[in-house]
Amino acid sequence: MSRKRRHNALGRAERSAQNGSRAREAILEAVRRAGAPFAPLPSIVGATDMGTGEALTARFMASAQAASATVRIVEAGGVEAAVREAFPGAASVASASPAWGFEQADPAAEASALARLDVLVCPGAFGVAENGAVWLAESGMGSRVAPFLAQHLVLALDHSAIVPDMHAACDRLETFGEGYGAFVAGPSKTADIEQTLVIGAHGPRSLTVLLT
Amino acid sequence: MHDPTHDLMDDGARLAAADRSARVRHADRAARFVADAGQTDWHDAVLWRIRGKRDAAAGRVEGWERLRALASEIKEHTLSRLDEYLAAFEEAATANGAQVHWAADADAHNRIVRDLLRARGVRRVVKSKSMLTEECGLNPYLEARGFKVVDTDLGERIVQLREEPPSHLVAPAIHVRKEEIAALFHEKLGTPADADDPRLLAAAMREDLRARFLAADAAITGVNFAVASTGALVLVTNEGNADLGAHLAPAHIACMGIEKLIPKPEHLGVFLRLLARSATGQPLSVYTSYFRRPAPGRELHVVLVDNGRSRRLAQPDFRAALKCIRCGACLNTCPVYRRSGGHSYGATPSGPIGAILAPGMDMKRYASLPFASSLCGSCSDVCPVKIDIHAQLHRWRQVAAREGYVSWPKRWGMRVAGWIVRSPRRYRLAGRLVRGWLRHAPRRLRYGPWNAWGRQRELPRAPDRSFGEWYAAERGKK
Repeated sequence: MSRKRRHNALGRAERSAQNGSRAREAILEAVRRAGAPFAPLPSIVGATDMGTGEALTARFMASAQAASATVRIVEAGGVEAAVREAFPGAASVASASPAWGFEQADPAAEASALARLDVLVCPGAFGVAENGAVWLAESGMGSRVAPFLAQHLVLALDHSAIVPDMHAACDRLETFGEGYGAFVAGPSKTADIEQTLVIGAHGPRSLTVLLT
Repeated sequence: MHDPTHDLMDDGARLAAADRSARVRHADRAARFVADAGQTDWHDAVLWRIRGKRDAAAGRVEGWERLRALASEIKEHTLSRLDEYLAAFEEAATANGAQVHWAADADAHNRIVRDLLRARGVRRVVKSKSMLTEECGLNPYLEARGFKVVDTDLGERIVQLREEPPSHLVAPAIHVRKEEIAALFHEKLGTPADADDPRLLAAAMREDLRARFLAADAAITGVNFAVASTGALVLVTNEGNADLGAHLAPAHIACMGIEKLIPKPEHLGVFLRLLARSATGQPLSVYTSYFRRPAPGRELHVVLVDNGRSRRLAQPDFRAALKCIRCGACLNTCPVYRRSGGHSYGATPSGPIGAILAPGMDMKRYASLPFASSLCGSCSDVCPVKIDIHAQLHRWRQVAAREGYVSWPKRWGMRVAGWIVRSPRRYRLAGRLVRGWLRHAPRRLRYGPWNAWGRQRELPRAPDRSFGEWYAAERGKK
């Protein structure tokens, strides 16, 4: 872009900021004037009783498997061995967590390098029994894009950190202080060609959850 | 400064506007779709299978109906205090380091996005699925201004390469057969000529799009939910494309309608339990991403778009449509959508929800859509936020009739029918005449051009007498 065009574009951006504040007032005023009658905010009821302990773990495992994830129960301290066993041919295995002996994922790594990463191992914060999702906070990812670029993703999850449903899961977001996080339920997938399930759409080609 | 490309673009915009002002005749477009009976049956079956998956998933959730009621009430509450939630969201998002922009209409939205891109010297844009940007016509707008825009959802990319709009809210290329995709990818991506294995096709697109993700200067995404109390944006995908785009590009521009707000994270749980189950039968989509702050050194922009939403909020008959969470369940269940295809609606979104949204945007163009329904009510039954879709379809028909968008034969037909049924005597007489006519008039007359119903069907045999006559005769026997 030429300097002059960039300058004009910046000028336009300023003008549009002024238009923006007019638009803001106009939209808020129109919404107020719309006069939708007050409807009370309901309190959330309906948390699911899925038992505790083993029942909850079993439910989580079934849900994650239904979402095409592989789930294994490993001894505490058995994560490295389980990863090496699951991916014997992997040239590169990295993790953002110092808890394990993997190569440290570099937060400033070039995206093209991350895209070549065979396996990324992340600590999951908690799991959700009703759908097999694992909440992954930014701090456990290395960089935000890493869990999406790596060819295979492994999430290690403490079996005592499983909540029954999304009500309990989202309650935890009330106090979530990081900039980004994601529920991950299975490997990336698509059914956009004749509704045929294809695993490994844009993101990881497989998801393994290791329950410790 | 005179920009010579500007006049050209305006021509393009004028042409596009002329095309947009043409009336959509759903029945004519549907006729083109059903001309291929094999395609129609296949389309019908594929969508019905998704409906089946939705039923199975809903059935496994204890208290599904209570959950629907909760979702509906949360949306109604938020809409009733939308100005406060918008202001709260803006404050929280700004405090998080995001920049919030306001757009009164589609034009303003497109200009804001264009200015953001230009000011950053952006050339290559990756997009993830956003019904709002479809509504605003953002892609053609940006392409006419020299930006290279690539849709990254597989289905969305397929329809982009075919140069057509998405036909379904959740599965944009549901109308396309894999043989057609094979031919398309052979031409565009160089896959082998007759390779139609979905895995191979998806893998080819994965390779192609990975390179584009890595090279993008900016990412544009939609928004599934925006949380007012935390200023966070929630994006849901199965493919991971929204995250790849948003995390790799230096700038992330998220475009959302003002109705996407929810009060707090705890409310998110209700909608996430409903959304994927209603859409595809999954208990949760693969990725549910919670964007709270931009990554260090990156930019996060949120464009809040009205584009007719505040006007709809002022219409008691139609405001409930703003509760929509774009799951597509009403499309999958609709007997008309399943057999006429998304493109027959000429609108995005299509299907029952499109048929109640589009007339509010442009009655002249979309007056035929509320009639693309049997009013069976299945759409309302499956809607996770309990929108009274079929009742709104019926009310939009009344608006269309009042405003003169109904053809004169139908208008007069209804008038005459109304006059007849107002009087029992006239009703009985008309019944006798019609029964006689059906039995004795020559076929050529009975199946004339006015008999649309009889085009593909045989009329039932007219009974000898009316129920009233039969009842009177039978009771007389006793």
